Amino acid sequence: MTVLQRLKPRFWDHRDAASGVDKHSFNLRRIWYLSVLLTAGAALIPLCLLAAIDYQMTQKAIESENVLRISRLVSNTRRSLAFLLIERRHALQFLVRDNPLGELKAPGRLAAILKNLQESFGGFTDLEIIDAQGRQISYSGPYDLANRDYSHQAWFAEVVQHGSHTSDVFMGYRQIPHIVIAVTHQPPTGPFYVLRATLEAERFHRELLGLEAGIGGDLFIVNTAGVLQTPSKNYGGLLEKLALPIPEYVETTQTFETKSPAGEAVLIGYAYVAQTPFVLMAVKTKDDLMQPWNKARRQLIAYLFFSGGSILLVVLAVPTYLVSRIRAADRTRVAALHQVEYANKMASIGRLAAGVAHEINNPLAIINEKAGLVKDLLLLQQEDSAALRPKLLAQIDSIQAAVKRCATIIRRLLSFARKSDATFDTVDLKSVIESVIGFLGKEAEYRGIATRIDIAPNIPSFPSDRGKLEQIFLNLVNNAFAAMADGGHLTFQGRRLSEDRVQVAVIDDGCGISPEDLKHVFEPFFSTRTKQGGTGLGLSITYGLAQEIGGSIDVESQVGKGTRFILTVPLNPPERKNENA
Amino acid sequence: MKTLSVLLVDDEEDLVTTLAERLVMRGIEAKWASTPEAAFEMLNQQRFDVGVLDIKLPRASGIEIKRKMESMAPGMKFIFMTGHGSEKDFERGSAEAGASNYLLKPVDIELLLTKIREMA
Repeated sequence: MTVLQRLKPRFWDHRDAASGVDKHSFNLRRIWYLSVLLTAGAALIPLCLLAAIDYQMTQKAIESENVLRISRLVSNTRRSLAFLLIERRHALQFLVRDNPLGELKAPGRLAAILKNLQESFGGFTDLEIIDAQGRQISYSGPYDLANRDYSHQAWFAEVVQHGSHTSDVFMGYRQIPHIVIAVTHQPPTGPFYVLRATLEAERFHRELLGLEAGIGGDLFIVNTAGVLQTPSKNYGGLLEKLALPIPEYVETTQTFETKSPAGEAVLIGYAYVAQTPFVLMAVKTKDDLMQPWNKARRQLIAYLFFSGGSILLVVLAVPTYLVSRIRAADRTRVAALHQVEYANKMASIGRLAAGVAHEINNPLAIINEKAGLVKDLLLLQQEDSAALRPKLLAQIDSIQAAVKRCATIIRRLLSFARKSDATFDTVDLKSVIESVIGFLGKEAEYRGIATRIDIAPNIPSFPSDRGKLEQIFLNLVNNAFAAMADGGHLTFQGRRLSEDRVQVAVIDDGCGISPEDLKHVFEPFFSTRTKQGGTGLGLSITYGLAQEIGGSIDVESQVGKGTRFILTVPLNPPERKNENA
Repeated sequence: MKTLSVLLVDDEEDLVTTLAERLVMRGIEAKWASTPEAAFEMLNQQRFDVGVLDIKLPRASGIEIKRKMESMAPGMKFIFMTGHGSEKDFERGSAEAGASNYLLKPVDIELLLTKIREMA
């Protein structure tokens, strides 16, 4: 036995065994399917919808949170970076305003200023003064750079035009990255001049490193040409070409998504640093960013599966239990119906037996008297035997006639009590009705009930179940007798409805049935004669019997006028289907 | 001993005639009728000591016949016979005639004779 077979509930292959009285067959498997589908749908669809909506919303929330975080970081970093540069530029601007050119040119003065700057700001490597023609006037610093001519260099043109200049990062003489900040000064008299300072770029990198740790990503500066100004963890070293695209200039902090050279999805936050060639970029892989989301998602899915599983268990268990109960109840019902059907049959037999007793006791009484008379004649009369002979023979004939009467009754009884298991043989409607009347004829006679059988001549003999037909008519006639007063009229009216259907109406002029009761007459256990011993099953069994022979039964009634039960039966027997279905 | 007169009423003619004949053989003046109408007709013509009635007769029960006969012939006694033997009939018959005067078919002639003699 496989696991599946062992798990299979017993109702799965349930076949409704009910027949006759009440043929409502339950398709238990269908009930089970339907209730499982409905409850599963009602419970799981909202759960899944909720989970899907929650999934979407959480994902969106985390995504926008990521965007927000990265742009906040970039924005803050840009501010401190810009401040760092502006602070130094302003310091230089202050210097050129505070120190007239003459003083700056004085030997030692520039060195003193450089020393002060190194001590107060740090990171300054050298200082030089350049005149309006681009010629170096004064230099202070560790290298021998005196008397240089900058007039043809791009930065000089820029500083002349904009008043200040911040250079890209470059490698200085000691292979240390540097940047240059230059400012112009226009004294009230005379030509302008330029103060140019070289700073160690390491300072910025250090600044960024601290922040970088905060996001666990990659934070670096790149210039507008795409050359890295500070080393990136993943996308290139210092002064190398950045492996990511450089976005167009915008004033505010922006984010965008792209693919890294390694093929990972990355979220990039960037900002252009004002008055510098620098673009600050923060790069984080989506995988890292979505890590908290992945955890939440795993929990969500686990929850979904757990609750879905529990719901499914309940959804499967409850209908299984209920349908099993229905099956048990149905079996009890069928068993009970079989029992009452049997009881009803026994009651019919009891009624028959009483009639038969009367029928048989009369001929027995005749035999008894005749035999007694024969004996009397032989013992009491003194006539000679020759004279007695004809008289004795007449008595014996009477005895034999009475015996024949008994035999006929017994044969009829036997044919009626025969287990009627839908054996179809050719029946003649009139003879069926006559045999039923045969049983109840005496009662009809005593009660003065006139019976009339009016069967249309165009009804042929047809194959049907004689036993069931007899039972149907017996029940209907019993019913009619109960409804009728003495001296009533019972009519059997048979006519052919169509090529293949015959209708027999059993019409009485009894008390009739009220319209309310009429609706229930074929229901099991409905009876208006419970006090008189009615089981309430006669008509429901009759109804079932009619169905079993492929027919139907209907009723019309008027209180006080009488009742008409109409039996319709097919001339061709129905196919024996419902046997296994 | 005076000759007792008995009226037998039963729709089984074969039975009632034989019964009458056998009673006659035993010195009873027995007459018979197979319908209630014939029975009343006979009662109009002569007096009977005892009426032996079948409980179930077409169109009338033995009990109804008994009541009518009692009014026609006060003092007449009755014995019931039945082939049916259902409890309901038995109750009705014994209430009307007393259980001892209620006989089941087939009837023993000597028992019937004794009853008739006892009653009359």
